[in-house]
Amino acid sequence: MIRLNNLSAGYFGKSTIHKITMEFMPGKITVLLGPNGSGKSTLLKAALGLLPPMNGEVLYDDVDIRQLKRRQIARKAAFLTQSRNTPSIQALRMVLHGRFPYLTYPRHYGRQDYAIARNAMEATGSLQHEDTNVSQLSGGQRQGVYLAMALAQDTQTVFMDEPTTYLDIGRQFQMMQNARSLAREGKAVVLVLHDISLALRESDCIAVLQEGRLLCCGTPDSVYQSGILEQVFGVGVHRMNTPHGTQYYCIPKEM
Amino acid sequence: MKSLQIFSTRRSNGIFFAVLCILTLAAAALSLWIGSVMLSPGQVLDVLTGREADLTASRIILYSRLPRTLAAMLAGAALAVSGVIIQTVLSNPLASPGVIGVNSGAGFAVAFVCAVSPTAQQYTPLVAFCGALTGVLLVTTLSWRTGASRMTVVLAGVAISALFSAGIDAVVTLVPNAVIGITDFRIGGFTGVTMTQLAPAAVLILVSLGIALSLSQQMDILALGSDTAQSLGLSVQPLRFILLVLAAALAGAAVSFCGLISFVGLIIPHTMRHLSGENSLPLLLSSALGGAFFVTVCDLLARILFSPFELPVGIILALAGAPFFLWLLFKQKGVHT
Repeated sequence: MIRLNNLSAGYFGKSTIHKITMEFMPGKITVLLGPNGSGKSTLLKAALGLLPPMNGEVLYDDVDIRQLKRRQIARKAAFLTQSRNTPSIQALRMVLHGRFPYLTYPRHYGRQDYAIARNAMEATGSLQHEDTNVSQLSGGQRQGVYLAMALAQDTQTVFMDEPTTYLDIGRQFQMMQNARSLAREGKAVVLVLHDISLALRESDCIAVLQEGRLLCCGTPDSVYQSGILEQVFGVGVHRMNTPHGTQYYCIPKEM
Repeated sequence: MKSLQIFSTRRSNGIFFAVLCILTLAAAALSLWIGSVMLSPGQVLDVLTGREADLTASRIILYSRLPRTLAAMLAGAALAVSGVIIQTVLSNPLASPGVIGVNSGAGFAVAFVCAVSPTAQQYTPLVAFCGALTGVLLVTTLSWRTGASRMTVVLAGVAISALFSAGIDAVVTLVPNAVIGITDFRIGGFTGVTMTQLAPAAVLILVSLGIALSLSQQMDILALGSDTAQSLGLSVQPLRFILLVLAAALAGAAVSFCGLISFVGLIIPHTMRHLSGENSLPLLLSSALGGAFFVTVCDLLARILFSPFELPVGIILALAGAPFFLWLLFKQKGVHT
C-alpha cells in the first residue's frame, strides 16, 4: 500500500502541494477532486516518484520511495498519464511495454508476457484492436490500449490522471467500470477526475484539494454532507433519489 | 504516419529487409565496378578475392574505390542512425544531428585549425571529430544541468550552434586563407578518403551501432513520453544522455572523414518510419541500411554523371533526396493530426 506522509513537492524549488498525508487503500477507488491548479497531478507524480519529495515521505509498503529503484516502483504502481506520445506501433506491442519492469536480460518479451498483455487488452475491451496501429485508433480505443498497458504492469496500485477527459459518455462509464473491476480485484485505484457527480457516484473515497492542501478525505457521503465541494468549486452540489439509486448533480450557485 | 506503412507484418518486414540488403550490396558492387576508368566485373572480383590481378585495376580498387565505397556506406548508416536516435530522444521528427551541435562544433574546430596551421590538413578528420564531440558534450551537459528536457536540449543546441557559427565567421574574417579548407569541409564528400582515415571512424561507428541496437527496447519505451517511460521503470535522464552521446559519436565519426553531409540524418529516418514503422529495432536497422544505400548511390552518381569531373556528393544528395522527401510530406498531408 502507498502512503503519503506529510508530503510536500513541486517544481523549481517551489512546492505546489503542501504537507499531504493520506493513503491509497487496496480494493478502493480513491478520487482526487479539486479546481484547476490545485495540485492533483503534482500529487500523482510525487506519489509515483516522478517528482522528488521536498519534505515528508512517500512510503511503498512502508519503504521510503527514495530507497527504491525505478524498476521496483514500476512493479508496484502504474500510471495512466493524461498527455502522451502516440507512436505508430501495433497496439499489442504497446501493451507489451507494460511488462518492461519485469524484463531481465536478454530483454525479450516471453510467452507469459504476451498472455498477460492479451488478458489486459481483453479486460479493457481492446483485444479486437491488438493488430491495429495505435495511431489509427480513435481516442476512446486508444485510451483502452493505454489502460491495458498499465494493467499489464500488474501493480497493486493504479494511478490515472483524468482518464475520462475527452471520452464520450459511454466510454467514460466504461472507464469507471474498468476502475471498479480493478478495485474488486483488490487493487488501489486512484483517479483524478473533474466530473463531481461521476466521482460522488462511483468512488469509495474522495480527497479534495485546494491550492495544494488536502482539505478532506472521506467517503462520498461524508464529503457531500460536509458541503466542502460547494465551497471549493463555488457551485451548488445536490443529490436526489432516483429509481437508479442516489444521483448527484451540480448547478450554478445562484440557482 | 499510417497510410504509407506497407510493411507491418513480420513476413513482409522480412521481405523488406531482404530487399534493402540486396539494394545496398548492389549499390556497393556498382560503386566498386563503375567509375571514370572502366573495369570488368571479373577484375573487381579478382582484386577483392586477392587473386592475381592487373596492377592498375588493383590500385584503383584498393586505394580509391574500396575506401570510398566503404566510407559512403559507413557515413550513410552512421548519419541515418544518428538521426533516428536524436529524433527519438527529442520526440521531434524534424531533428537531425545538426540540432545538437555536431556540425557547428566540427566546422569551428576545422576552421580554427585551418587558420592556425594551414599545413595540418591531414589532421582534419581528428580535429572534426573532436569538434563535433565537444559541440555535443557542451549541448548535452548544458541541457543535463538544466534538467535534460526535450526543449532545453534543442535550445542549448541552438545557442551553442550560434556561438560556433560566430566563431567560424570570426576565423574567416581574421584569416581569409582558412576559407579554402573550410569550404571543402562544409561541402563534404568522399574524394580521397583513405583506409587509415577510415579505420578509427569505422570502429567507432560499428561499436556505436551495436550499442544503439542493444538499446532499442529502451528507445521504444522512451518514445512513449517521459512520464509514461519513467512509470514503466525506465531511468529517462541517463538514457537520454547515453543516446545523445551515441548520436554524437556516430555523426562525429562520419563528419570526420566526409565533412558536413547533413541531409541524410533527416530524410532517411523519416522515410524509414513510413516503411518499417516506429519500433526502434527495425527502424534502426532499416535506417542504417537505407542510409548506406542512399549515400552510396548518390556518391556513385556524383562520380559518373559528369565524368571525369566530379560533383560534390552533397549536391546529389539534395537533388535526389529533397523531391522524394517533399513527395513523402505531401502523401502524409491530412494523415497527421
